[in-house]
Amino acid sequence: MWSWVLHRITGTAIFFFLLVHILDTALIRISPEAYDAVIGTYKTPIMGVGEVALVAAVGLHALNGLRIIFIDMFSWGPRAQKVMFWVAIGLWIVLLLGFVPRHLMVVFGGH
Amino acid sequence: MSTDIAAPRSPYTREPKRNGVNLEKWGWVYMRVSGVLLVVLIFGHLFYNLIFPGKVSILDWAFVAGKLADPFWVVWDTLLLWLALIHGANGMRTLANDYAHGRFRSVLLWALGATTVVLIVLGTLVLTTFDPCLGETNNAELIASCAAQ
Repeated sequence: MWSWVLHRITGTAIFFFLLVHILDTALIRISPEAYDAVIGTYKTPIMGVGEVALVAAVGLHALNGLRIIFIDMFSWGPRAQKVMFWVAIGLWIVLLLGFVPRHLMVVFGGH
Repeated sequence: MSTDIAAPRSPYTREPKRNGVNLEKWGWVYMRVSGVLLVVLIFGHLFYNLIFPGKVSILDWAFVAGKLADPFWVVWDTLLLWLALIHGANGMRTLANDYAHGRFRSVLLWALGATTVVLIVLGTLVLTTFDPCLGETNNAELIASCAAQ
């Protein structure tokens, strides 16, 4: 059940990020200055931590989404759903171990 | 004294189908197919933009212009836009159907549909009409091709 709750929460969060992300990227069509001004406001430690949360949400939604596909597609899927949940969590931790330290060094290391 | 007890189960009735297409089924298929593609597209996008350059500061107009001067990334980003936004909107539709009721649900679904259409049109126009020569970049190839125009 928690995977279902998390899938909905991460999905909703990613959806609202996507709306903003399409709008801010649309500024490239207006002028380089407009785009750089808005992107410049993202280059703060708070947004850097926000990016960690975003990647964490996308990673969890992606891995759990693949788990849902396996459950639906394969006859062994439903039986293995619990194991696959923990495999997804394990892969998610590996993904974040690869991304977070490096990203935070970039964010807080004064590039 | 006799009491009338309702039949334990009333048969589930649905409106007769007007056509043979089961849209909910295709929505379900779409979520799975687009989901797999999005795993590749989004992690490629994140890797190229956040990890590969190694610097947050690289994310500026010149970086995006250099990318979108290449048709490969225009196709990539257009697929990303359409697949992700429709995947997200369909997911939000599921939530609206589960948690919102009556008139509030209708308004939510309408707003969701309108937002999705507007952003897909806007995003597609931006990607297809973008001019990478609008500003300065430090991409030698791009500078040469802009100067030649």
